Amino acid sequence: MTRIYSGLPKWLYLPALIGATFIVLPLVAMATRIDWSNFFELITSQSSLTALKLSLKTASISTLMCLLFGVPIALILAREDFRGQQLVRSIVTLPMVLPPVVGGLALLYTFGRRGLLGQYFEALGLNIAFSTTAVILAQTFVAMPFLVVSLEGTLRTYGQRYEVVAATLGASPSMVLRKVTLPLILPGLLSAAVLSFARALGEFGATITFAGSLEGVTRTMPLEIYLQRVSDPQGAIALSMVLIFVAVLVMAVTAQITKRSQI
Amino acid sequence: MKTRGLKSVAMLGIATLAFAGCSTGTNETTTPESADPGTGNDATTEATAKERDLVVFAAASMEPTFTELAKQFEENNPGVTVKFNFAGSQDLQEQILGGAPADVFASANEKQMEPIVEAGLNDGEPQIFVTNTLEIVTPPGNPAGITNFASLAQEDLKLVICAPEVPCGSATKKVEESTGVTLKPVSEEDSVTNVLAKVQAGEGDAGLVYQTDAKAAGDTVLAIPFPESDVAVNKYPIVALKAAPQAELASAWVDFILSADVQAFLGEAGFGLPS
Repeated sequence: MTRIYSGLPKWLYLPALIGATFIVLPLVAMATRIDWSNFFELITSQSSLTALKLSLKTASISTLMCLLFGVPIALILAREDFRGQQLVRSIVTLPMVLPPVVGGLALLYTFGRRGLLGQYFEALGLNIAFSTTAVILAQTFVAMPFLVVSLEGTLRTYGQRYEVVAATLGASPSMVLRKVTLPLILPGLLSAAVLSFARALGEFGATITFAGSLEGVTRTMPLEIYLQRVSDPQGAIALSMVLIFVAVLVMAVTAQITKRSQI
Repeated sequence: MKTRGLKSVAMLGIATLAFAGCSTGTNETTTPESADPGTGNDATTEATAKERDLVVFAAASMEPTFTELAKQFEENNPGVTVKFNFAGSQDLQEQILGGAPADVFASANEKQMEPIVEAGLNDGEPQIFVTNTLEIVTPPGNPAGITNFASLAQEDLKLVICAPEVPCGSATKKVEESTGVTLKPVSEEDSVTNVLAKVQAGEGDAGLVYQTDAKAAGDTVLAIPFPESDVAVNKYPIVALKAAPQAELASAWVDFILSADVQAFLGEAGFGLPS
């Protein structure tokens, strides 16, 4: 995106400034409450580290799941043209706007012990409820739409001219996908993956509703923060800062990738 | 270009939301309940002038009973509307310390009352108005065959309890310690509601919740009381707040809750009563 035209009316800066302040100020306010002298101690407590490790592990796996299933969805939504496409798009991105607790309930009724699929898993001896798998399912459920939406946008921006050329030169659809489409959208794909990772990392509602909360198994960072808030508010604030830091880092990486891809 | 346009739209949206938030905040308290001018039969003009809101911050577990009691209180005090903020006691405590305009605070735990008293926000001593003890709940039919507290320690049981950090969890821990039974839960939830929900959904084979929650859940769960719960009686304190916009009504509500009739009503709802 090169800067050719910058004729925005000046008054636009006022609401923009208010809006930005509205987001930044609470974070600053939080930082003022941190007990910096004990900060390191607070974030390196055994339960905090366990939660952080679990969060990083589950969010990574669910990002892989998002890539595995979300990329095909994005490709189909961006490249195909079929009846009911708009409806499919709305449904696939629904978890983005659903209250997380609704997502958690929906997962419970699907994969829970008495759920639609869960009862068969249970019969096979596969137990999803209260397991790390449940956390990954919850995170994938809420994070996948972010990948799909972001990637579909990238695909549409790039258009299809190279793909069309490759196809006319005799490349098979799979070859076009592998040799042209995917390399072309790689930066967009990376930033979409990072975005869904960040969303998975912050997942709370669906996890507590569906997966439960047990140290080392299902208690991720957001759950640990929520719990510590009652008994140890200082610890909760410190952990929140860590999560904010990781999220900002992740978003900055995304922005960097996006910027580079546009040169 | 396109993304830039979107960015400013988003910015504007957030700013508008912020403003909207402010304006509804002020409206809420000033809008009079202009419903029925004929209720005050002796002095109509005075009655309309005396439209008052009593704001009660109460623990989530008080919702069913307090909502019911509010109707009676409003009947006894014409022109008064009782408004509730039901939430976890921890949330309420934070809101009150943060300056929320509350008249009364009813906490589900003495611990959450302490900071209020330390900050000198209380008008008078907090009084215990009900108590609550733990009970075992299982899905209907009791598939795991739970009979008493000790049987919660059996192998492969999907037991759901509250985390030690939250009040129901610290009560659970007390019982555990006094009985010497070691529980191996599959989940330590952040609230009684979440424990109950998991047992109701059949995900958990058993859970530990308060007797009032078990009672309110009706036949969606099977409730099993156990004598060992006596070591962890949870006490609910209530207090009028000093900064109360409706100080007089606040103490009237506290007296009302402590009155014999209301105490009997709360007892029927499953609460224990302070001795």
